[in-house]
Amino acid sequence: MTEAARLRTRHLVNNLMLGTTGVFTVIIASLLLFILGYLLVNGARNLNIAFFTELPKPVGEPGGGMANAIVGSAKILGIATVIGVPVGFLGGVYLAEYGNRGFAFIVRYVTDLLNGVPSIVIGIFGYTLIVLRFKHFSTLAGGMALGLMMIPIAVRSTEEFLRAVPNGLREGALALGTPKWRALATVVIPAARDGIITGIMLNLARVAGETAPLLFTSFSNRYWSPGIDHETASLPVTIYNYALAPSDDWHRQAWAAGFVLLMLILTINVSARLILARSRFGGGR
Amino acid sequence: MSATQVVSPHSEARVSPRGTRAFALRVFSGDRIAQGVVTASAALILFLTALLVYELWVNSHLAREKFGWHFLFTSTWDPNTGVFGALPFLYGTVVTSVLALTIGVPLGVGAAIFLAELAPPKLSNALTFCVELLAAVPSVIYGLLGVFVMMPVIKTYLYPLLKNTLGWTPLFSGPFYGVSFLAAGIVLAIMILPFIVSVSRQVLLAVPADQREGALALGATKWETTWKVVVPFAKRGIYGSVFLALARALGETMAVTMVIGNTPQIKASLFAPGYSIAAVIANEFTEATNDLYVNSLIELGLVLFALTIVINGLARLLVMSTSKMSASA
Repeated sequence: MTEAARLRTRHLVNNLMLGTTGVFTVIIASLLLFILGYLLVNGARNLNIAFFTELPKPVGEPGGGMANAIVGSAKILGIATVIGVPVGFLGGVYLAEYGNRGFAFIVRYVTDLLNGVPSIVIGIFGYTLIVLRFKHFSTLAGGMALGLMMIPIAVRSTEEFLRAVPNGLREGALALGTPKWRALATVVIPAARDGIITGIMLNLARVAGETAPLLFTSFSNRYWSPGIDHETASLPVTIYNYALAPSDDWHRQAWAAGFVLLMLILTINVSARLILARSRFGGGR
Repeated sequence: MSATQVVSPHSEARVSPRGTRAFALRVFSGDRIAQGVVTASAALILFLTALLVYELWVNSHLAREKFGWHFLFTSTWDPNTGVFGALPFLYGTVVTSVLALTIGVPLGVGAAIFLAELAPPKLSNALTFCVELLAAVPSVIYGLLGVFVMMPVIKTYLYPLLKNTLGWTPLFSGPFYGVSFLAAGIVLAIMILPFIVSVSRQVLLAVPADQREGALALGATKWETTWKVVVPFAKRGIYGSVFLALARALGETMAVTMVIGNTPQIKASLFAPGYSIAAVIANEFTEATNDLYVNSLIELGLVLFALTIVINGLARLLVMSTSKMSASA
């Protein structure tokens, strides 16, 4: 092959391969657009007021809604936040501000390990720990399972954003004679506030769609679930049950529920990222 | 250390009548409390994780005692006679995950190369944002789309195509009903793409610019620079992203449960329905009628736990070693 021909081939390969990577990117990006678009069209079409206000109808009867599942999901997520965020936040403060010995290494390692535990295994844990002991499914068990899932991410995001706070702030506060805990509570943590809140929002958005940990902790319920001590419906589990049920009406409601759930998650997710982008931008001053 | 220095000016207080108050002040000083509280929270995380392992271990003892290691190597799963073997589920988990990687890795790494090496930063950031949103879509929604959109599409377009071109291989033989290893593998591939893209892009961006400049200065084309210099430099990090994705795929539950067919069998054909570890737990846990059955399902959970821990550990080692390499270069 002549030198010119070789060069041509090399340029051809160059364009071909680089083009392929571009095509791959387009495929992946259009997947998201497709998912969003499909849910938007199919979900919004099947959405009505009854979806938000009514209880499910028995199989075969058309109509009804998922009011109980919406409230159930809200309760479960509330419990999860109350359990997961404080533990994770304080653990993150430990790692960023106090942890520089072997113990911190172990904590960091185990937190990563916990983060990698499959959600279905978290479900088993919730079952053996709470459902077996209390002998029945409950909102509390579901909330604890999701709360456990929130801990590792809360730890990591808190640690990360505290570490991003310039050391000068800490030193300045300590130099004024402030005890370390007050320096943390009044200077360092407020400086990282936006980041930490963002982390919590992203965390919540992640567990809001979790289904597997709820299957045998909060289970499901066709009626309202009083308090936190009874089995309850939740949006993700209801979507799962409805999708596999032999009823077209339930399939339509599954799409509507999927739409509501995805919009909720994407709204939290995107606004969290916007807060973060804004505070990073502001921090650059 | 510094603690003694702080205490020493007040050491007279210890012998004075106000000694108890000084002692109380020391014990209840804000700093001690704060340190105590955060350390206790950190310890609580360790305790909860240990408790998780303990619960899985204890609550699977019936199955472990009865079947021993045979549990992992036998393929009969019969709740009626109380014989439980995990092989079909292990097989399904591995097959669907490998299929997901086969599809997802080239696509994901390709897109990561585009985003890191070619796309202008603004476009790259916008597209990465989109890809990361894909990771936020709940798995049950992937399942929903899998059942009602993807399976019909595979049945009308992909199945005839594969049947006609590759139908002679055992991988693509036999009838196709929709629910199958193939459907599960494709859904998983889509679900792991965001992880591969975003981690691979990060490690590619971490490759020092002088590596690229050197290759380009020697007359290499953009692609040659990327493929022969940049990618090898970031190789371990990319492997790391693949392992991370693999761990996700192994543990993924809902989407797989909805499209794999939930049939405990070992078939070479990807068109056949199967079962995975996570899917059988999700499906049968609340229906399990006796202790041995529940214990066997929990032992499956233990197996899944162990698998993902090992894979995750490998992934983290690989990603860490690349970032060190870039830092030292």
